[in-house]
Amino acid sequence: MTLAFLGGLGDALQFIVTKSEGPGGAQVGGSQLLPLLREHLLITLVSVAIATAIALPLGTWLGHTKRGSFLVISVTNAGRAIPSIGVVFLFFAALGAGFFNITLALVLLAIPPILLNAYTGVRAVDPEAVDAARGMGLTGAQILRQVELPLALPLVFGGVKTSTVNVLATATLGPAAGVVTLGDPIINPSSYGDAGRLGAAIVVAALAIAAEVGLSAVQRKLTPEGLRLSERAASRRRLLSISKRRIAPTS
Amino acid sequence: MSASLVLAQAGGGFFRDRSKVDSCVANNGFCPDWIVHHLDRYVSPFWQHLFLVVVSVGLGFVISFALALAAHRRRRLVGPITQVTGILYTIPSLAFFFLLLPITGRGNTTALIALTAYTLLILFRNIVDGLDGVPEEARDAGRGMGLTDRQLLWRVELPLALPVIIAGLRVAATTTVGLAALATFAGAGGLGDQMASQKEFISNIAVGGGLCVLMAVGLDGLLLVAQRLLTPWTRVRTA
Repeated sequence: MTLAFLGGLGDALQFIVTKSEGPGGAQVGGSQLLPLLREHLLITLVSVAIATAIALPLGTWLGHTKRGSFLVISVTNAGRAIPSIGVVFLFFAALGAGFFNITLALVLLAIPPILLNAYTGVRAVDPEAVDAARGMGLTGAQILRQVELPLALPLVFGGVKTSTVNVLATATLGPAAGVVTLGDPIINPSSYGDAGRLGAAIVVAALAIAAEVGLSAVQRKLTPEGLRLSERAASRRRLLSISKRRIAPTS
Repeated sequence: MSASLVLAQAGGGFFRDRSKVDSCVANNGFCPDWIVHHLDRYVSPFWQHLFLVVVSVGLGFVISFALALAAHRRRRLVGPITQVTGILYTIPSLAFFFLLLPITGRGNTTALIALTAYTLLILFRNIVDGLDGVPEEARDAGRGMGLTDRQLLWRVELPLALPVIIAGLRVAATTTVGLAALATFAGAGGLGDQMASQKEFISNIAVGGGLCVLMAVGLDGLLLVAQRLLTPWTRVRTA
């Protein structure tokens, strides 16, 4: 199969599907990409799992007690302002190359979105639902587990989704710090050539979009039936442009 | 590495001795003396970084504003625009740069296109949300005063939506500062370029990363001040 008529893009696609000899002399592309893909997915999975184990309990607990908004906002802002490349290079400079060291950097990058969404998700649960649960005699822990968490689940999972997509993107920097991920053809084009670099960019982009689309589908599945119904009703109202007018003054 | 950290913790006085500074630098440690004497090499990357951020957020705002106004009139457009900008937002910046490279080549153009694309989702969503949040009574009052749709938009809806719009600009600006650090891979310089040039050297990474954070905080503060100045009525209510 030759895709030469597509020019540079054809070469890149060819790189993705078939193995060939790269400019460095080694075999690159095609099945040779699989170990890179494996490493890429592994470091993403491990980092997001660790970050979730830390940020999810903390965020839900803070949201349940309605405390620590300052902490959550600070962590979120810091997470946005600190460049990912800075964190990866800092861990590389301080701890050296290695899977574990870069995982730590990615964990730090994955924490803020999970923390923020767990916090806001639980905090934004309808207080009337919580009141009703309390009136039924549920304890704090039961309210958190049986009412707040299920209702907050779509938002909570949204945080995990955001972090996963972010980490998938940042893991591309891995080869700059000694972890051979799918970013290798991008960071070290001398052994892969231009076709390899473009090919890897296409694979990384496709991977991120697939993760976003797939996890969004999971997120919809996780939305409780009741919430889904009320959302549908709201969007139908909007479609029929029967905007519910607030008659009472808003302030 | 631990030796260099101990040296760094020993503080500035320790480094009066020239050889100690040299050994700290040789160990790629955190060396305050080295930083003080080499700040000048971060000046031009800093301005280039700021240029990338300001131009891409500015361009992104103009595009999102036009899209949001269109979607405000035709609600049907909100879904498709959100999906397209969402996909652009999802593509990892590093991959985005190299996807553009065959078309636009190395340099500012590639970096600016990618960075602008990232701001679209955030800005579009916030402008639409802001306009949606305008109380219906305010619109009614405006219409009652005889305002045309156009006047209503500029005199009533946009001013009331301003806090949400500026909140979007703040998120877009801080996010873009972080992403612009990757512009080095597009050959567009910036602080990321400086960091990547000596990525084993903790002092270098700390100064480069620190300047990014400073820039993000500075831009965030500027936008907050702009919001206070542009929406004096919100202050009256809180005072």
